[in-house]
Formats: sequence, structure tokens, C-alpha cells
Amino acid sequence: MSIIASAAIRAEGFTPPGPGDFNLPPVGYTQETAPTFGFLGETMYAGVTKPMLLLALSVVLVFAFLYSSIRQRAMVPSRFQFIGEASYSFVRNGLARDIIGSHDFMRFVPYLVALFFFILFNNLFGMVPGIQFPTFSRVGIAYSLAILSWLVYNGVGIKRHGFVNYVKLQTVPGGVSGAILLLLIPLEFFSNIIVRPVTLALRLFANMFAGHMLLILFALGGEYLLFETELPTMLAGPLSWVMFLLVSTLELLVMALQAYVFVLLTAMYISSALVEEH
Amino acid sequence: MQTVTIRAAGGELNPLIPHPVEMVLALVFFGILFLLVKKFVVPSFEATFAERTQAIEGGLAAAETKQAEADAKLAELEQQLADARHEAARIREEAREQGAQIVAEMREQAQAEASRIVDAGKTQIEAERQQAVISLRSEVGALATGLAGRIVGESLDDEARQSRVVERFLAELEAQSGSGVN
Repeated sequence: MSIIASAAIRAEGFTPPGPGDFNLPPVGYTQETAPTFGFLGETMYAGVTKPMLLLALSVVLVFAFLYSSIRQRAMVPSRFQFIGEASYSFVRNGLARDIIGSHDFMRFVPYLVALFFFILFNNLFGMVPGIQFPTFSRVGIAYSLAILSWLVYNGVGIKRHGFVNYVKLQTVPGGVSGAILLLLIPLEFFSNIIVRPVTLALRLFANMFAGHMLLILFALGGEYLLFETELPTMLAGPLSWVMFLLVSTLELLVMALQAYVFVLLTAMYISSALVEEH
Repeated sequence: MQTVTIRAAGGELNPLIPHPVEMVLALVFFGILFLLVKKFVVPSFEATFAERTQAIEGGLAAAETKQAEADAKLAELEQQLADARHEAARIREEAREQGAQIVAEMREQAQAEASRIVDAGKTQIEAERQQAVISLRSEVGALATGLAGRIVGESLDDEARQSRVVERFLAELEAQSGSGVN
């Protein structure tokens, strides 16, 4: 604590980025003038916020990209159509078909395609100059999609097997009998029914949140070091910006990877809900 | 910590507490995107893929048909060629046979002609010889008779006697010279 305190004193008023940097006031308001409301013991801004606008923008962009790429339906695809087809096929074949299996996968292709590009575009907003805000650094948005996936895979499982059989499928591991089941059934239930959506949401949220915070830190820290401090700490400023560029590259990878992982896990959960036996 | 409290007009939040409106909007916007993708995007891609598969399969089938046609045509041409070769060989054989036959006929004809000429020659020679023998005999007789008449002075004008004398003379002549000339 004393180290942090002394660092803060030496920093002479540098404000490190925190969770508050993601809680932007609504469009047209400042932090002081924005209307608020209470929710779960926290004070929330009321009004149209940046992540809300980004959600709408992502819908427009994703649909425009996919739809315009395939609009011509050419047998010999143009370069743009080829990119669209490759993107679509990546989710359709690489995720849906390979994991769910060629018998059932077609039903889930619209969901998985929409999910993948929705998450990917919203993540990439964190890298677009002028936008620079990964939508999924707002935890509620990640929760929503995780809950939706949870409903989808449990829904298809219950529809396929019936409620009792599905719960049995998800909680009773095969090839185990006797007293050990008493231990395993609650564990399996906890892991398959409760933990899955939570990890799904938190993995995506935490990656976007932490990655973006790191970028803010390097950008603002570099600026502060360069313009507000003397030699020799001043020299650390440009170094901080170099780090910003390197971490940005890493972030691009993480953004794509998290979209992939979210859809991959959703497909795997759907597949596990559809299997006949363990 | 001073700065934090200054910013905190709804600023510092527990980042794990969701914003309810954002949660709802995420579902709404994702739902819209899902419907758009399901209604417009996926059918377009799937139709394009299906058409492309069909086009490729159709192309392959067409190529197969063409190949079969070409094969049939080739077999037909080869058959025709073989027929033509066969025909040519047959004609050649026939011509050879015919040629041989003609040569044989000609040879036969020539042979016949030659023997005919030889025969005619022989006959003529025989006739001329006979004639020569006959004229010789009468001339020799006359000469001999004349000669003998003159020598013996005996008249040999009598036909019968003359003839007898000549005959006897010739017989003696023949006896003298053995089998002699005939």
C-alpha cells in the first residue's frame, strides 16, 4: 500500500485507468449531468450509451458484409464474394459441421454464424480508430449472449431427449455406479449446467475488458510520462507507446480468438446436448 | 483514492454488475442479426454452394458423356479402317489370282500357237520331202535310163521294161547302200 501511495505521489496526479473508464456517460451528457438509476446496489447511467450504438452498428456491418458478399451468387466468385464465402464456410464447416456433425449442424448454422460475426465485429471495434471500444467489455452484453447460448443448448437437448433424460445425460457420467455417483452428480450438474454459461460470459468479457484497459494504460501512461515528467522517466514514454503497438497486435489476435472460442464452446455444448450417450 | 471519488457520479462500478438496458439491447440486436442471417444470408450461401456443386457435377457428367461419345466414334473409325484394310487385302489377292490366271492362259495360248506352227512346219517339210523324193526318183530314173540306154544301146523305150529295169536298178542301189536313204 505504501509503495502504491508513494508511486501515486511521485506520479503527481496520474489517474490510472479503471473500470470507470468503461462506464461511459450516455451520448450528449457528461458524467455530472447524466441521469442515473439504481440497479443491484449500483448507480447506472440512463440513456443511450456508446456500447448500445455499437451493438446496432455491428448488426448493420455484419449483415452488410455477409449479404453483399453473396448478393451476386456467382459460380466463379469475385474476390469479395470469395472472402464472404471463406468467412461463412469457416463457421459453417470449421465450427458447426465439424463439431455438431453433418446430421444436425445445418439447423444451428444461422445461430452460430450470426454469433461469430456479431462477437467478432463488436470485439474489433476496440481497434477501430474513432470507435476504440470493445462492446463486450460491458459485462451485461456478454451475459446476454451466454444466457442465450445456455438456453439454446439446453433447449435442443431437452427437445431431443426429454427433460428427465437430458438432465440424466448431463449429470450422470457413463460407466460409473454406486456411491461415487452421489459425489459426481452434483459436480457434473454444477459444471455442466451452472458453470458453463458463467465461464462463457466471463472469458469473453474479461479478455476484452483487460485487453482494453492495458491499451488505455500504455497510451495514457506514455503520454503522461512524456509530457508531465522530467528526464529520465520521460524516456519511458515512447517505450510505453511501443508497448501499446505490440499489445495492440496481441489484442487483435485475442479479439478474433475470443469470438472463435465463444462459438466453438457453444457448438461443443450443443453437440454434447445432442449426443445419445456419454 | 481522491480522484476515484471525484469521478464517481456513477463512475466506479463493480464491472461484473451488468447494465440491464445493455443486456436487453444485446439480445434485441443479436436477435435482429440472427433473423437477418437466417432469412437472407444462410439461404443465399447455401443456394450458391448447392448450385456450384451441381454445376461441377453436371460438368463432370457432360464430360463423361462426351468422352463416351468420343470413344464410340473412335471405335467406329477403327472398325471402318479395319474393314477398309480387309477390303484392300481382298482386292489385292483377287488381282494377284487374276494376274496369275491371265499369265497361265497366255502361256497356254502361246504354247498352243507354237506347237501349231511347229506342226505346220513339219507337215510342210514332210510334203516337200515327199515331193522331192518323187521328183528325184523320176528324174534319177530318167537320167539312169537315158544313161543306160546310151551305154547298152538297148532300147528301153518300152514302158514296162523300162520301169522293170529302173526298179531293179534302184533295188540294187538300195541293197548296196544298206538301209539307205528314204
